[in-house]
Amino acid sequence: MARMKFLCDADRCIECNACVTACKNEHEVPWGINRRRVVTINDGKPGERSVSMACMHCTDAPCAAVCPVNCIYTTADGVVLHSKDLCIGCGYCFYACPFGAPQYPKVGNFGSRGKMDKCTFCAGGPEADGSKAEYEKYGANRLAEGKLPLCAEMCSTKSLLAGDGEIIAQIYKERVMKRGYGSGAWGWKTAYRETIES
Amino acid sequence: MVCLARFARLLIGTGVLLLLISAASPSIAQQVNPTASSVKEQQLLQELKRVQGRVSIPDQRSGVLEQPAGREWREFRNVTLHWIGGVAILGMLAALIIFYLSRGMVRLQSGRSGRTLVRFSSFERFVHWMTATCFIILALSGLNITFGRTLLLPWMGHEAFSEWSQWAKYAHNYLSFPFTIGVVLIFLMWLAGNIPNKVDVDWVKRGGGIVGHDHPPAYRFNAGQKAIYWIVVIGGGLVAATGYTLMFPFYLSGIEGMQLAQVVHSIVAMLFMAVMLAHIYIGTIGMEGAFEAMGSGTVDVNWAKEHHSLWLEEENARTGANDARTQPTAAE
Repeated sequence: MARMKFLCDADRCIECNACVTACKNEHEVPWGINRRRVVTINDGKPGERSVSMACMHCTDAPCAAVCPVNCIYTTADGVVLHSKDLCIGCGYCFYACPFGAPQYPKVGNFGSRGKMDKCTFCAGGPEADGSKAEYEKYGANRLAEGKLPLCAEMCSTKSLLAGDGEIIAQIYKERVMKRGYGSGAWGWKTAYRETIES
Repeated sequence: MVCLARFARLLIGTGVLLLLISAASPSIAQQVNPTASSVKEQQLLQELKRVQGRVSIPDQRSGVLEQPAGREWREFRNVTLHWIGGVAILGMLAALIIFYLSRGMVRLQSGRSGRTLVRFSSFERFVHWMTATCFIILALSGLNITFGRTLLLPWMGHEAFSEWSQWAKYAHNYLSFPFTIGVVLIFLMWLAGNIPNKVDVDWVKRGGGIVGHDHPPAYRFNAGQKAIYWIVVIGGGLVAATGYTLMFPFYLSGIEGMQLAQVVHSIVAMLFMAVMLAHIYIGTIGMEGAFEAMGSGTVDVNWAKEHHSLWLEEENARTGANDARTQPTAAE
């Protein structure tokens, strides 16, 4: 079994936000919710870098550990998914998440928090693969169709990589070797407790 | 001749230029490293404990790229809080059981006189019970968030537990409003009687009416009740303020503020529950004649004499009677 991970090569990201748009479109994510976003650090200054970030599908996921109703689980592929039927919209996963991945539609009590929504690594949810119910709650299940997450698939500079952790780490390592530099795999140490040596 | 010299100069000049270029170019080709001055993740995390930047989507709060502080919060929520809550609540329950078994109910030493006087008006009792009812539901639904996954989920099953937790969350959110109003009213209506004074020092020294065996004098509220009052006012104020911070995310603070709010909210709430267990104990099985003060609103004159002697004197002076009024006591 593969261990799915995301890797954003910040030296290639041009902050085009196409991954953000692709994600919203593919999963028909409601207005006001962004499962993925691009953050630019040191904007306009020398050494500026942009990083595309969604759920990193952490090892020993903090969101799953703190969920009061235990609705978050890790699949055999290492993808962190959740059940919107069980979620009570308490916000705890958001406090624990290092990457700001959990999003809440502004519905429910006082419009503050509805059921949590987040990146699924294009792997849907607990419902049957490719079912209508799954699509309505979680969006497309590309993984079940043998496809990788759309954000990475259509990244024009191939900055965003998605797939088996070992393979994408190898691709990144080769890149760094060839071009002679690399600012590292952003978020990996926090999410996977490991980093890619280059 | 001139032509030849000019040509030679050109040749030498070109040669020198080529030499210069060839000496300089290898260093340019090899030393270009765009990451030399770029931002580094580990450096940012060490300096600021978080990585933050600019986003072009409307949700500006998503500019926080990384905040590993969530890990410490997770440790608090999953381990530390369980210990604090467990020790405070179970410890208090154990202490009360031991105390009850050794001391029993504190009886009225002189028995009942049969005459009563008003201790709490109907409005005061309404406020007390509104706050108390809200408190109990808030406490149980709050405990569910902390301990439910460990204690209830295994035997309730996922669907039933989620359903119950969803309703518990609704109750927790909505009842926070009457609870907060109750705390504010309690603060205002009983403030005058709860300013600490010299009588309290003596009362505490003599162990009050429940730990000690005599009856130190007290005004309308003794030092123990004053402590409960200030715990309710300050504790209630803290849980309300932190609770609303969590209920309306991002109105008052960012993610680190909400983590801190949850820590304060849960610790204060756990200690609050432990204190309220003791309050319920003294108000019911711990002391004879105490419950009726909040039940019917009247207390026996002998109870007032034993527990609130100075208050009884005040009341007698105020109503102009040498003796307390007799039943039925009309509302003043």
